[in-house]
Amino acid sequence: MTRLAPTFAALKSDNRAGFVAYVMAGDPDADTTLKMMQGLADKGADVLELGVPFTDPMADGPTIQRAAIRALEGGTTLKGVLALVKRFRETHMDTPVVLMGYANPFFAYGFEDFARDAAAAGADGVICVDIPPEEDTELRSALEGQGLSFVRLAAPTTDDKRLPQVVAHTSGFVYYVSTTGVTGAGSGATGDIEAAVARVRAASGLPVAVGFGVKTPERATEIGKVADAVVVGSAIVDALATDGVDQALHLAGSLADAAHSAR
Amino acid sequence: MTQPNAFSQQPDAEGRFGQFGGRYVAETLMPNILALEEAYEHYKNDPDFIAEFEEFSRDFVGRPSPLYFAERLTEEFGGAKIWFKRDELNHTGAHKINNCLGQVLLAKRMGKTRIIAETGAGQHGVATATVAARFGLPCEVFMGATDVKRQKPNVFRMNLLGAKIHSVTSGRGTLKDAMNEALRDWVTYPDETFYVIGTVAGPHPYPAMVRDFQSVIGREAREQMLERIGRLPDAAVACIGGGSNAMGLFHPFLEDEDVRLIGVEAAGKGLDTPDHAASLNGGRPGILHGNKTYLLQDEDGQITEGHSISAGLDYPGIGPEHAFLHDVGRAEYRSATDAEALEMFQLCSKKEGIIPALEPAHALARVRDLAKELGKDGVILMNMCGRGDKDVFSVAEALGVEL
Repeated sequence: MTRLAPTFAALKSDNRAGFVAYVMAGDPDADTTLKMMQGLADKGADVLELGVPFTDPMADGPTIQRAAIRALEGGTTLKGVLALVKRFRETHMDTPVVLMGYANPFFAYGFEDFARDAAAAGADGVICVDIPPEEDTELRSALEGQGLSFVRLAAPTTDDKRLPQVVAHTSGFVYYVSTTGVTGAGSGATGDIEAAVARVRAASGLPVAVGFGVKTPERATEIGKVADAVVVGSAIVDALATDGVDQALHLAGSLADAAHSAR
Repeated sequence: MTQPNAFSQQPDAEGRFGQFGGRYVAETLMPNILALEEAYEHYKNDPDFIAEFEEFSRDFVGRPSPLYFAERLTEEFGGAKIWFKRDELNHTGAHKINNCLGQVLLAKRMGKTRIIAETGAGQHGVATATVAARFGLPCEVFMGATDVKRQKPNVFRMNLLGAKIHSVTSGRGTLKDAMNEALRDWVTYPDETFYVIGTVAGPHPYPAMVRDFQSVIGREAREQMLERIGRLPDAAVACIGGGSNAMGLFHPFLEDEDVRLIGVEAAGKGLDTPDHAASLNGGRPGILHGNKTYLLQDEDGQITEGHSISAGLDYPGIGPEHAFLHDVGRAEYRSATDAEALEMFQLCSKKEGIIPALEPAHALARVRDLAKELGKDGVILMNMCGRGDKDVFSVAEALGVEL
């Protein structure tokens, strides 16, 4: 069992929405990312999503694309990303860390080796954007073999017929993409999100985190009323790139408070 | 009579060619991909669809393209007889339009109201814009900013045809970045958009669908060879970027196991340098743009840029069916350098009165070796997949000629 289940169980018993914060590993260097991870956890992030940089991030908007380029230019490798998780675990034992990236770096590392090393480093789960259920057998069995969660994305285009297949082997939580589009674009209408969250929760029996396009505490409050957790990525990455660690953590703190006090 | 064999019966129901292919896309796109597959499976056997494809192939594209005996190059190379399949005579000057026609006809039947495409050098963009204009569908083309600068005439052509060009600045601003951006657009507007992919790559069903539309090349050529010389060629040769013209030529010959199939990749400045685009000869399997295939990549699985003097070949991947044919040994994959392509570009122009595109000029470099290898009794079929008008500026520059 990973840290995800107890984290979401605690949120549920407190009747609070969780806050999931995304940061790109190695943007612009490992030490900054470590500071961000520690700071985000201290500011109230319930789950950390650690982006694994890839040259061709097809589902990401300009903010995350640029972060990936900065990370790669700084020499970030998947091995380096796992080393970051390990360093984070030296100070923070309880905050779950989910690695989020694209298939090829995981594939190049070797799914089995990756799962083993990720578990050893102290990661809790993996989100792989471009591996749908149709293609997931190898990666999923590798992750399950190491007790890691394979967190799935569900989208507005995922209809009722397809939804059971999408959530069938997911664990930890389901990441609902609130809008068709790339990361950092606008988010969907709240009413639609409420219905979608109910649908995904019923199909999966798991907590549902909602992301894509959440940028402000006001929006985090709205999403926090209907979802089990609010995911914020581009806004934090953008604040880090523009204003530095302190400002990014300040924003993250206000987003965490907004999510936690939404209900 | 030929028999169906293990080579011609690909892909499987999951879109796999052996271990390659598949559907590696974001969940948002999966329902779309499945709907496309269903529509394609239906219409590919629909007599009205086939009739319309054939009618426009004849009257709009100009098919069938001729089979031509390249007598003077045969003499020059001093070996096997060389025949060209003249797909450079198609409307818009290359084989690309065969596929665009098929996909746009499919888009119309699926009720899609918007066409998008990626393009590198601009040939696929021009072909897509051409067909979209003919059928009255708005068309948006994603093109890397670097390529927009390098290929101004094609940008202007697309504008004339009514297409909107998106200059892509992400990454290095080349073909793979254009494809990323087209995928991002498709993820944003999945319901109304039909994405016309220009090669035999991408998620299933694209590799099979594009191959099927391009297979008109090989079907015609096979028939024409039998009609003209009463036998099949000893080898069929084509250049490979993503691999659509080669797959279109090869596929109808897969069951003719005596016909060697030879693909020619772009070796750029040489396979021993980082500046090439030979995914099979210089890459290894990975996952990109919806499929598992051979890719140019570093140790950490980061995709590297392809290089070739021919913008149509500098894609860092290759269609998954080629990856399969390579691994099982049914097709051979060789390469040709920038310098060889330049030499052949000039030689073919002088000897045959045909200015080839730089892409098939790569194929011609290996036809030269093969002609000697096969000797005078041999017969080689090469797909002249595009004409070189588009390349005169870059060739002039490479030769140090100021225009």
